Amino acid sequence: MSSRLLDVEGLSIEVDGTPLVRDVSFSIDAGQRLGIIGESGSGKTITALSIMGLLGENLVPSGRIVFDDRNLLDLDEQAMSSIRGNAISMIFQEPMTALNPVMRVGKQVVEALRRHEGIAKSDAMTVATELLDRVGIDQPDRRARSFPHELSGGQRQRAMIAMALACGPQLVVADEPTTALDVTVQAQVLQVLRDQVVSNDAALILITHDLPVVASITNDVIVMRDGYIVESGRTAHVFGSPSNSYTAQLVDSVPPMSRAISAPAKPPSNEPESDAIVDINHLRKTYRLRRTSIRDSPPMIHAVDDVSLKVHEGETFGIVGESGSGKSTLARMMVGLTKPTEGDISVAGIDVSGTKNLRPLRDVVQMVFQDPMGSLDPRMKIGDIVAEPLRSLGHDGDHQSRVRSLLDAVAMPADVLDRYPHEFSGGQRQRIAIARALAPGPRLLVADEPVSALDMSVQTVTLDLLRNLKEQFDLTLVFISHDLSVVHEICERVIVLDGGRIVEQGPVGTVFGNPKETYTQQLVAAIPRLDGAVAATGSALNVDRPPPS
Amino acid sequence: MTSPSSVTPPPPSTGSRSRWRRLNFQIGLAIVTGVAATAIVSFFWTPFDPELVDANKRLLPLGEQGHVLGTDQFGRDLLSQIMVGAQTALFVGILAVLIAILIGIPIGGFAAARRGWVEDVIMRISDVIYAFPPVLLAILLVAAVSPGTASAMVAIGIAYIPIVARVTRGASLSIFERDYVVAARAYGRNSTFIFVRHVLPNIASVLIVQMTVLFSLAILAEAALSFIGIGTQPPTPSWGRSLRDAQTFVQLTPRLAIWPGLAIALTVLGFNLLGDGVRDALDPRLEVSRG
Repeated sequence: MSSRLLDVEGLSIEVDGTPLVRDVSFSIDAGQRLGIIGESGSGKTITALSIMGLLGENLVPSGRIVFDDRNLLDLDEQAMSSIRGNAISMIFQEPMTALNPVMRVGKQVVEALRRHEGIAKSDAMTVATELLDRVGIDQPDRRARSFPHELSGGQRQRAMIAMALACGPQLVVADEPTTALDVTVQAQVLQVLRDQVVSNDAALILITHDLPVVASITNDVIVMRDGYIVESGRTAHVFGSPSNSYTAQLVDSVPPMSRAISAPAKPPSNEPESDAIVDINHLRKTYRLRRTSIRDSPPMIHAVDDVSLKVHEGETFGIVGESGSGKSTLARMMVGLTKPTEGDISVAGIDVSGTKNLRPLRDVVQMVFQDPMGSLDPRMKIGDIVAEPLRSLGHDGDHQSRVRSLLDAVAMPADVLDRYPHEFSGGQRQRIAIARALAPGPRLLVADEPVSALDMSVQTVTLDLLRNLKEQFDLTLVFISHDLSVVHEICERVIVLDGGRIVEQGPVGTVFGNPKETYTQQLVAAIPRLDGAVAATGSALNVDRPPPS
Repeated sequence: MTSPSSVTPPPPSTGSRSRWRRLNFQIGLAIVTGVAATAIVSFFWTPFDPELVDANKRLLPLGEQGHVLGTDQFGRDLLSQIMVGAQTALFVGILAVLIAILIGIPIGGFAAARRGWVEDVIMRISDVIYAFPPVLLAILLVAAVSPGTASAMVAIGIAYIPIVARVTRGASLSIFERDYVVAARAYGRNSTFIFVRHVLPNIASVLIVQMTVLFSLAILAEAALSFIGIGTQPPTPSWGRSLRDAQTFVQLTPRLAIWPGLAIALTVLGFNLLGDGVRDALDPRLEVSRG
């Protein structure tokens, strides 16, 4: 029987009298891996910060967090900081901001080591390099001398894991550790995190909105909503047969691809009969980088490399790829925001690459962006934001009523006209951004990761909305995403991009259900699956507590 | 409520600091209002004619014959001079800052919108101007035209153009990358419109803070120019010139230097405090947490 490590009893956290976390109790034993699941606003991150003693001054906790026979909430800053990073350590979501950008990575690991362990300076660097090696960073000697920006996102998060485990903590708190990473990298980093936690005999609290991620590395799970725990229990049990309706809704909102390794969901359709609205031939976009020496010609980056494709009127066309694959550059060229280096694009008969006058194109194609925080001007009222394209393109008629009907179409009440973007949630902002894109009455909508920044259940709603709008407004949709399961949900045909080239293309069911290329196979295999929790993460490491049948 | 997944631990003890800052802002506002009020009142009324020379009233001490701050070596009322000096100070501050922003903001915005070699050329030229001390520029200009408040103002304004341009460019660059700017391009807006409607409102807080700082610097610069004799010319009262006039008597009657000096120091302090306060009030991060 393992011993009790951390006991959270009746934890409530308030800000200015508004409760954010209400009467939360749970415990974690040594070596246990616990997932805390919830959407934004559920209080999951604040719960984690309270364990670390990192709550802001305006956040007032009450209740007890017992660790090592002490109530962490009673400890002063000095006592807390001797626990932090030593007995309890934390891994943050965005490794770029969590690492010091002007300090070499090895040095940062050394600092984590020396602060708590008192290792001699000369030995510390060797230990740090070993740690980097253990989390699977290749050439650890070289990487230890690199600065954070010289590492990839995955390497940075591995370095964070190395730092978090440097002092052999009993408990690791990881807050959305893989949310910022590509799918294939996410799978590797999750594996490393789990292995390291297990081999260090540490316990893990994993906080995320992503159910499959929790399913793949935890044995227990807590589901939070509006500051309450709505359900808790064995991970497989909770996800397999949720007893709470909210949990059931969350599980339902996981795209089916993550729920089961799917056979082709739709009958593989061949090239649609309708006309091509987008026709791209041998498209290339090359960026010149800064010269590294006077003699050599500056290095080139081929963001998009010899891409040819046709999008047909009325279809939903998916573009899949990881960061740096050129999918956003391709999207921008379709919308006429970036000039191609070579090749032709024609959209609805307009020669986008050849003509200087893109005015006619603006009425035909519009774009929706990923980040709902950044896509609306914070200083403009919603009514003005949605009316802007109409004014810009000189549309006649009653803008006011057009704006109203657009907001109605995206299911936003009409009384939002005089309000500002910051008053809305991410999902609502994305709906406003969609309304703006629809304003000029486009025939083609290019959506660049439109749901990636949204919570799982909001994703479902937004995807449904996009599907309905597509019917209602007779749109053709180009849907760009790194998330294969979402693309699988909504698209009919898909191309897979890697390094600016089309790796594979065809009907979604065929490409994802039966991928021919190794890269596509890797992508498909890397999707964390809800039911694949045990299978995907290896059997040997999962013997400590088999889920109840 | 903000989304907790974006909550990062705030620095400790923000509560008391923000209260302290609010106090700063109030003090700054009080001083600036006071200076502005003094300048306005001095248009209509001063205790004595500030330019009236009276040999019988030379170097009167504080409070003598109704002269609250006494008189200088020409028998002029010191308080009246300082009051009218506020006019000069504010006038120079306002116009110098106006010159700087009217030219600096478009230049900085243009550089940020165009990028590439255009940006490089503009910014290097502005670096060269930036390298000239305002006083040196003023001397050049005065040599070319004539000494006086107007020349000083223009010189100070020109000297601050690169500062404004630089700040505008820096702040604009990140806004030009935002998706709402890209969206505006997608529905056909040109760079000028985007800069005016989408970028400027979002960098206004940065610019306003910069303006208050430049304002106080301009007042200092005018005082310095008048002190070395190439700024405001007699008989127009100016704090810098009062200091210059006080030089010869500073051992005998230090108050002639102390009062104008205090006026300068207090005004500069006031604008700096105000700038700090405005920056806090307009801090977009605070705004997000309010939403």
